[in-house]
Amino acid sequence: MNWLSGFFGDPANWSGPDGIPARLLEHLEFSAAAFLIAALIAVPLGMLVGHTGRGALLVVVSANAARALPTLGLLVLVVLLIGVGTVLPVLVPLVVLAVPPILVNTYEGVRGVDPDLRDAAYGMGLRGRQVLLRTSVPVALPLILLGLRLAAIQVVATATVAAFVGLGGLGRFIIDGLATKEYPSVIGGAVLVAALALAVQFAFTAIDRIAVSPGVRARPGRDTEIAR
Amino acid sequence: MITFEGVTKRYRDGTVAVDDLDLEVPTGAITVFVGPSGCGKTTSLRMINRMLDPTSGRITLDGRDVREIDPPTLRRGMGYVIQQAGLFPHRKIVDNVATVPYLLGWDRKRARARAMELLERVGLDPKLAGRYPFQLSGGQQQRVGVARALAADPPVLLMDEPFSAVDPVVRTSLQDELLRLQAELRKTIVFVTHDIDEAIKLGDTVAVLRVGGRLAQVAGPATLLAEPADEFVRGFLGRDRGIRRLSFISAKEVRLGPVPPDLVLDEDGRPLGWRSGGGLAPYGTFDPETDSLRAALDAALLAPNGMAIAVDGEGRARGVAGRDALDELFAAYAGGASGPRADGDAERADA
Amino acid sequence: MNGEPIVRWDWVARNWANGSPSAISALLGGHVVMAFLPVVLGLAVALPLGLACVRWPRLYQPTAALMNVTYSLPSLVLFSIFLSVTGLTQATVVIPLTFFALAVLIPAVVDGLTSVPEHVRQSAVAMGFRPVRRLLLVELPVAVPVVLAGLRVATVSSISLVSLGALIGQGGLGNLFIDGWQRQFPTPIVVGISLVLLLAVASDGVLVLAQRLLTPWSRARRSA
Ligand SMILES: Nc1ncnc2c1ncn2[C@@H]1O[C@H](COP(=O)(O)OP(=O)(O)O)[C@@H](O)[C@H]1O
Ligand SMILES: [Mg+2]
Repeated sequence: MNWLSGFFGDPANWSGPDGIPARLLEHLEFSAAAFLIAALIAVPLGMLVGHTGRGALLVVVSANAARALPTLGLLVLVVLLIGVGTVLPVLVPLVVLAVPPILVNTYEGVRGVDPDLRDAAYGMGLRGRQVLLRTSVPVALPLILLGLRLAAIQVVATATVAAFVGLGGLGRFIIDGLATKEYPSVIGGAVLVAALALAVQFAFTAIDRIAVSPGVRARPGRDTEIAR
Repeated sequence: MITFEGVTKRYRDGTVAVDDLDLEVPTGAITVFVGPSGCGKTTSLRMINRMLDPTSGRITLDGRDVREIDPPTLRRGMGYVIQQAGLFPHRKIVDNVATVPYLLGWDRKRARARAMELLERVGLDPKLAGRYPFQLSGGQQQRVGVARALAADPPVLLMDEPFSAVDPVVRTSLQDELLRLQAELRKTIVFVTHDIDEAIKLGDTVAVLRVGGRLAQVAGPATLLAEPADEFVRGFLGRDRGIRRLSFISAKEVRLGPVPPDLVLDEDGRPLGWRSGGGLAPYGTFDPETDSLRAALDAALLAPNGMAIAVDGEGRARGVAGRDALDELFAAYAGGASGPRADGDAERADA
Repeated sequence: MNGEPIVRWDWVARNWANGSPSAISALLGGHVVMAFLPVVLGLAVALPLGLACVRWPRLYQPTAALMNVTYSLPSLVLFSIFLSVTGLTQATVVIPLTFFALAVLIPAVVDGLTSVPEHVRQSAVAMGFRPVRRLLLVELPVAVPVVLAGLRVATVSSISLVSLGALIGQGGLGNLFIDGWQRQFPTPIVVGISLVLLLAVASDGVLVLAQRLLTPWSRARRSA
């Protein structure tokens, strides 16, 4: 505990380009950028594949393969290949990390919509896109949000590795601390990252409350918290 | 009017679900497709609103080939009710009902007002409007399904086993409600069921299909009971055809005799019972204006002396009919000659 | 990179099994141990814990919340926390990864066990199954596909996550990434990524096969 007060109590840690606020901001920047890019790729793709059923096998297989790609390996490879001038090298592995959970959950959610429901929607004269956006997506929303949440948390947690190739973010406290054996810094960085991940967790809980229709949320069997 | 002209549907796996179907579905009446499971009822129905397209042949709506009409546009003019209701779980009841009006671009206020009106029409408490589907019972959901199908006032209603998943008591009340609505609205309804009793109760015309998608017989319910076209239809109709058929013959023509002195009446002339020894024996009544021959026979069977008491709308005895009087009519209509149709509510209720 | 090939096979050949602890084959071996041990341990804990959560539903909320928190922690953070307890040993990687496996496996076990349709459960009761037999003969078999699906995610993630352990000196194939980075030499990195990927695909294949063998009925249903 006095490690923690040592780290957080040191005014030097609160200012300048390697102070907590600056590092936190960098961390948020990478994470948000990677998360948004991943969501922009995976949500529409997952919806489309879930809706049409075309390319489903390809999506599931490549998403599983992407899960297996080691973030650290990908990061150092990209930096070696294209250099470290920008944040781009750290975005690549983080996007690769975030796409599978979003893609798979969106796909499963849309595909899993009760066929009778889709049938009724078509039968009433909704067009394909309307069936997807007005029926399937609202019903699949809890699963889609779950995928987004898992991805966001993993991105925030894993963005720490950016520090390994000399980029910023909260990982600097951890990785620099490990290198110099300054454990208060390691633990302090860890606490900051965990707090950020929990904040993301809470943000998504709030989004869920607002965005998901009570008619969908309150249905039984909706209480499991982690993806399978 | 909807017509099937030589319609065949062969699925990609080779299953022939509907085979060379020729059929007319008259405007403003209920046409029931009935037959055992897998005989192609759903397939036939879904070709009308182009959820499926025929492999060959054509379907016309008021003379126009439905293939010429863009499916969503076609469907917005046809209500569609399915077994599990297919309500949108994420929308409140009122918005479920207003779905098609919204699609047609009605403003929100008008669509909702229309939805509220329909909820009342199908016998639902307006308090339910703000609920979500999971908060309703199966029977209530089915009523919402019917209200939703009627929302934009489409001339055609397609119903695929809409009442099959609810218990018999609720099913009966849903059926009665549909008949009551239809008496007001006069829609062109195509109703699919595997339940022959439901078909006979609801149908103005009943089309019996056999497995393989072949039409076995098309007829009014009374004719169907009296003259099944073949062994398959006869078997499918089941027992008691003779008695069930009486439901479709009006009791108007029953020859009535005068009220005999041993019928005890109250001061308004309503029957109290047959004099029997020191007490009163049971009796049965029918109203010749609204009841069927089946009700008259039932009334006769209730009394030990075999006399059915004819009553008027107020329940006052107007005359009696003995078994001989009934027998004359049974003989006249035996073998299928169709009599005047009973036109009251009882006509269908006891089918 | 001036014309240098991305993979220098001669380096791979020289370092595959040269007897040193940093030989590729040795790293692969360490990787396998550190990746699979957490999954096995996780399963051993998740089964009884999941059963308990189904038996006493009140347990589930706090357990799920705890697992959620665990899942939000960066693995690197957990590694560094355990570094101060277990030092530079494989346990420093294995213990945190066990928690991650648990975070995936407990919900899978609970979901699986509760996915038995109520009418199936009821008819088992009506046929006179006692709770333990019902669990073994009805609920567990129905749960198998769900648990295996969780096991697949846990295994693949575990294989990929081990490499982060390289940052605290225990990363199996992840050490190749550090090595390649420090020498600005892509070959070890590419070899490391490829082997991790291969390992993951092979393990996933084995699990899919196991799923087929253990639950012949679910395959029949899919092809129906
Ligand atoms: N999409 C399909 N592909 C192949 N065969 C089908 C399909 N849908 C229905 N069938 C088959 O067509 C026949 C008629 O089905 P259906 O119209 O649903 O019958 P019903 O509604 O009378 O029970 C059945 O043999 C059924 O198995
Ligand atoms: Mg059907």
